[in-house]
Amino acid sequence: MKTLSTLTLALLATFAGHAFADTTLTVYTALEADQLKAYQEKFEQENPGIKLKWVRDSTGIITAKLLAEKAAPQADVVMGVAGSSLLVLEKEGMLQAYAPKGVEKLSKQYVDDSNPPAWVGMDVWGATVCFNTVEAAKLGLKKPESWKDLLKPEYKGKIVMPNPASSGTGYFDVTAWLTIFGEKDGWAYMDKLHDNIAQYTHSGSKPCKQAAAGEFPIGISFEYRAAKLKDGGAPIDLVFPKEGLGWDVEATAIMKGTKNLDAAKKLADWSASKSANELYEKNFAIVAMPGIAKPNAHIPADYEQRLVKQDLRWSAANRDKILAEWTKRYDGKSEKK
Amino acid sequence: MSTLTLSNPPRSTARRASSEWLALPLAGIALLALVILLALPLIAILGQAVHDPDTGVWGLSQVAPILASPALVQQVKNSIAVALTTSLIVLPLAYGFAAALTRSAMPAKGLFRALALIPLLAPSLLPGIALVYLFGNQGVLKGLFPDGIYGFWGIVIGEAFYTFPHALMILVTALSVADGRLYEAATALGAGRVRQFFTVTLPSVRFGLISAAMVVFTLVITDFGVPKVIGGQYNVLALEAYKQVIGQQNFPRGAVIGVLLLLPALFSFAIDHFAQRRQQALLTARAQPLQLRRQPLRDALAFLFCTLTGGALLVILGTAVAAALIKLWPYNLSLTFDHFDFSNVDGGGAQAFVNSLKMSALTALFGTLLVFGAAWLTEKVGVARRLQRPLHLLAMLPMAVPGLVLGLGYVFFFNEPANPLHGLYGTMTILVLCSIAHFYTTAHLTAVTALRQLDREFEAVSASLQVPFWLTAWRVTLPVCLPAVLDVARYFFVATMTTVSAVIFLYTPDTALASVSVLNMDDAGDTAAAAAMATLIVAASATACLLFAALQWLLLRRTQRWRNPG
Repeated sequence: MKTLSTLTLALLATFAGHAFADTTLTVYTALEADQLKAYQEKFEQENPGIKLKWVRDSTGIITAKLLAEKAAPQADVVMGVAGSSLLVLEKEGMLQAYAPKGVEKLSKQYVDDSNPPAWVGMDVWGATVCFNTVEAAKLGLKKPESWKDLLKPEYKGKIVMPNPASSGTGYFDVTAWLTIFGEKDGWAYMDKLHDNIAQYTHSGSKPCKQAAAGEFPIGISFEYRAAKLKDGGAPIDLVFPKEGLGWDVEATAIMKGTKNLDAAKKLADWSASKSANELYEKNFAIVAMPGIAKPNAHIPADYEQRLVKQDLRWSAANRDKILAEWTKRYDGKSEKK
Repeated sequence: MSTLTLSNPPRSTARRASSEWLALPLAGIALLALVILLALPLIAILGQAVHDPDTGVWGLSQVAPILASPALVQQVKNSIAVALTTSLIVLPLAYGFAAALTRSAMPAKGLFRALALIPLLAPSLLPGIALVYLFGNQGVLKGLFPDGIYGFWGIVIGEAFYTFPHALMILVTALSVADGRLYEAATALGAGRVRQFFTVTLPSVRFGLISAAMVVFTLVITDFGVPKVIGGQYNVLALEAYKQVIGQQNFPRGAVIGVLLLLPALFSFAIDHFAQRRQQALLTARAQPLQLRRQPLRDALAFLFCTLTGGALLVILGTAVAAALIKLWPYNLSLTFDHFDFSNVDGGGAQAFVNSLKMSALTALFGTLLVFGAAWLTEKVGVARRLQRPLHLLAMLPMAVPGLVLGLGYVFFFNEPANPLHGLYGTMTILVLCSIAHFYTTAHLTAVTALRQLDREFEAVSASLQVPFWLTAWRVTLPVCLPAVLDVARYFFVATMTTVSAVIFLYTPDTALASVSVLNMDDAGDTAAAAAMATLIVAASATACLLFAALQWLLLRRTQRWRNPG
């Protein structure tokens, strides 16, 4: 009896499905937890009948999860995941190329260059150092101005940075240093920096949150979190090291083989739309659609010019190699006292 | 007429037999459930560890390079160092506390006992968070650890908090069994207090001490909650397994480390098993209970010791609660409930808390049913008793299996598309099943102990009176065992509410859990929100304990009157 009614229900649901049931999209994301709600509300409001279900973690974890599920992808769409990660997925043939409506209005450098593009950028996030002025004053620390400054012995055990294996922010810090200083000197730089690092954290936000709480006076993080915490009253200064800032683009892509392709395209369309870019703008200084960004009190107007010239394709192609080297050098190493 | 009377006895035997034969398939189902929930997932993870997915070759080809890596060797050393140090700290403390509870006449014993069990109500992440606020760089007592709390000592203190009640419970049991005659004889022979301790007390509790040491060691080796929060760059084995699986989705490597973690657990399980066998021979039927006399100095010392130790536990819990309530430590100390709004942080927020309550309630309900059903059938009901030994063996297994290993085993077993039970993967059901399996041993032992207090004659007499066995259970066995039933249900609820280790590999966005969200929030740097969720978990566990206590009191008045005749 029970099986019968279950069957009937299942059949009914199948027939009714196309007519009025909601489609639920599973969206893998590395966006910050406090950004998701606004995006979801706006999208669902503009696209009735489609619901979003987020699976959120730091970039490295989401990337690893997507790669691990290659044989049977669970995600319909990835949104707000680093371009350097999506390029890895693209190479694996896991993305469904699609040109969202209005993609031509976006800045070319933030959209995949294949046609149709495999992924489309939303915004750019870049390196920012959070510097706790109250604790620095107590400890007599000078404000660092450059990446090189962070090697000074006075900062020993005072700096936290994200683990590049789990954090997209951590990964672009590493690729930026390799770009700025060159491969050999880049690793030499990190060797010395390692002596000053107190902790490698799971997420890119945590170093700035720890700096804001004074747990560690210096946190290598990114501008959104830094500006947000400063707005919230944390005694931090934002430092943009002068050699140049690592960055990556947060992008959207459709997973190949999704059962909800139409709904996935709707989300991709929305992600490239003006209304979405206006929401990104609230969080980021650089968004994919030109003319939307507004100045932010905590972020310099020339922020985009301060980003290092780096090739996301190179970051993607060498991702495994760089992370293996990093892990061997700094993660497996026993603790320093 | 006479033929009717004569034909009666054979018929009744047949009826009795038929009702009892029903017990065998029922017990068989329970046994099968344990095989599926325990044995097969464990076989699955062992299989993963010795199977190379790239070449399809079976053997140690992928184990050897992992074992040889210097990073892993260091992690093994770190894990052992932490586990040994924690054992050395916890054992004397727990022993002192247990001795005060059992061998002194100090006041407020009930209060101290309750105080000592507080850590059981919290996820193992809570002490980690509290230590950041106590001894971290902005900690109130920062001066005590000038080199920083992140690392070795942070892990040791956190684990000491987490394992203390486990050691205490074992030692209280060990110390409660004392033969008063031995002490009288020792005193008569002129042995001093110290000599009595070494010649009488210590030998009689040595197996309890071994058992407690093993439990602490194993719990520390397999826990990744504390090192995750407070470990800094100090890498331990359990955390590495977690990082490999969650962080890099490297399941084969996680499986190898998981099996490594199984070794100390199995080893201590074997030692403990051996020790308990010897223990039974220690107490004879002629033993006299120890008479506790007031000794002002000893009792005052015991009271002081318990106040300090219990106070330390309270301070850690209180710090976590304070962390949840303070607006922005250390710059804005005003109080707020803002951190209890989880809508802007990771982890699934309020829904996760509701999910956890649901999971714990379901585990308590179905876990108690399965545990008591299986134990009762195999202990009490005729033919089903032949399944008693295999059931007991399986039921003891979870004690030797760390949650992390069990959780991974579930991933390998249930996520295999060829498995007919694959549909359970990613559901609330699998979380409940995994929790039942994870906490089976303690529940099983409680049930068996309670059931064995009842003479099997009840069943025999009922059967000869042609009462079906389930009616006997309903009228006699269940009412008598009710306190134990409630104990088991409460244990399942609280253990499931606080656990992280197994379920972290099995939850999905739809089944986000409170204890896991504590970890995720801390990972993202939202320490205050993590403290808030940990506080909610403690509150839920404590409430459950109080509710069960009330229920017990109400039901006992009705069903246990026979225990105190008159």
